[in-house]
Amino acid sequence: MTVPYRPLKAPEILDLYFIENRARLLDIASFLDRIDRHEGAEQARSDFRYQAFVKSAAAVLSSAAERTKAVQLLCSDTSSEPLESAVGLKAVGAWQGGNDEGN
Amino acid sequence: MKAIDPHIHMVSRTTDDYLKLAVSGIHTVSEPAFWAGFDRSSADCFRDYFHQLTVVEPARAARFGIRHFCWIGLNSKEAENLELSREVLAILPEYLDRPTALGIGEVGLNKNSRNEIKVLEQQLQLAVDRSELLLIHTPHLEDKLKGTRIIMNMILSEPKLDPSRVLIDHAEEHTIGEIKEQGFWFGLTLYPNSKGSPERAIDAVEIFGTERICINSSADWSVSDPLSVLKCANEMRRRGHPEESINKVFYENPKAFLSQCPKFQVG
Repeated sequence: MTVPYRPLKAPEILDLYFIENRARLLDIASFLDRIDRHEGAEQARSDFRYQAFVKSAAAVLSSAAERTKAVQLLCSDTSSEPLESAVGLKAVGAWQGGNDEGN
Repeated sequence: MKAIDPHIHMVSRTTDDYLKLAVSGIHTVSEPAFWAGFDRSSADCFRDYFHQLTVVEPARAARFGIRHFCWIGLNSKEAENLELSREVLAILPEYLDRPTALGIGEVGLNKNSRNEIKVLEQQLQLAVDRSELLLIHTPHLEDKLKGTRIIMNMILSEPKLDPSRVLIDHAEEHTIGEIKEQGFWFGLTLYPNSKGSPERAIDAVEIFGTERICINSSADWSVSDPLSVLKCANEMRRRGHPEESINKVFYENPKAFLSQCPKFQVG
């Protein structure tokens, strides 16, 4: 006999995922602390990747829906023109153009 | 349970991994042609690689009762070199004719450059000329949204390419909706650091449904896990989803997409 599907309730999701996500949050806090306590912290904090990270963290804390998509968009190249050349380029996880344009 | 991994790079894995796949319930895999971790120096290197994909790996897999299929194409990372690209594209038909080659892939964009687009255009035309299935690689990280949109526009502007015969891979939360709306299949990749986790993949299943979705490990030479597809199925199970839905996502869906090539048979 097939058991009918019953989606998890939100408190069950909290029970199931709290500990592992607490650990992830501690990793993020530790990452930011590590930057702060080492030489060059100010330079690192002004880097476009750090800036995208901070904006993304704010999006995670917002009460808006689709936080995951919001983080993805905050780190994305939103232009549409192809690059003239890809030689020597690789993805780094955030878009420098977005920072320059204040997006 | 039975599962198919529709995107795994077995040339980069040990023979032990074939044994792990077999005893865990993955008896069918498909392996797209990809970037080897370094740029190859000549078209002859690609000949050797396509031989490995169409002869060596099917034989290695068969020792463990696994059916190995492949995709043939020039990856976008090496497409910046137009002279090499021209030579490699010239040999693709010879390997696409082989009995385990399912179509053209993984082809697409990497940094969304003009040369990458030129080479993708030529491979899309080859797919039209030969009525081949397409497995599309979308760019990584910050380049994914832009690249996915450029690729979809290119495909949709060619009326002879049917989106139901195209799988757009490495989709994530910000691209899934647009891909699915246009009628394409989409792939989610379980890659620990740069792509998705089992939890996020099953979130996507819950948000976007079980239609036209395939989940893969893309296990290769980097940090990756050839059993991640089964771990993701287990994530779906622990949330209480019924076995028939789990079977659809991890077995029936990849079977349905890949079966559009008559050479495909499940193991």
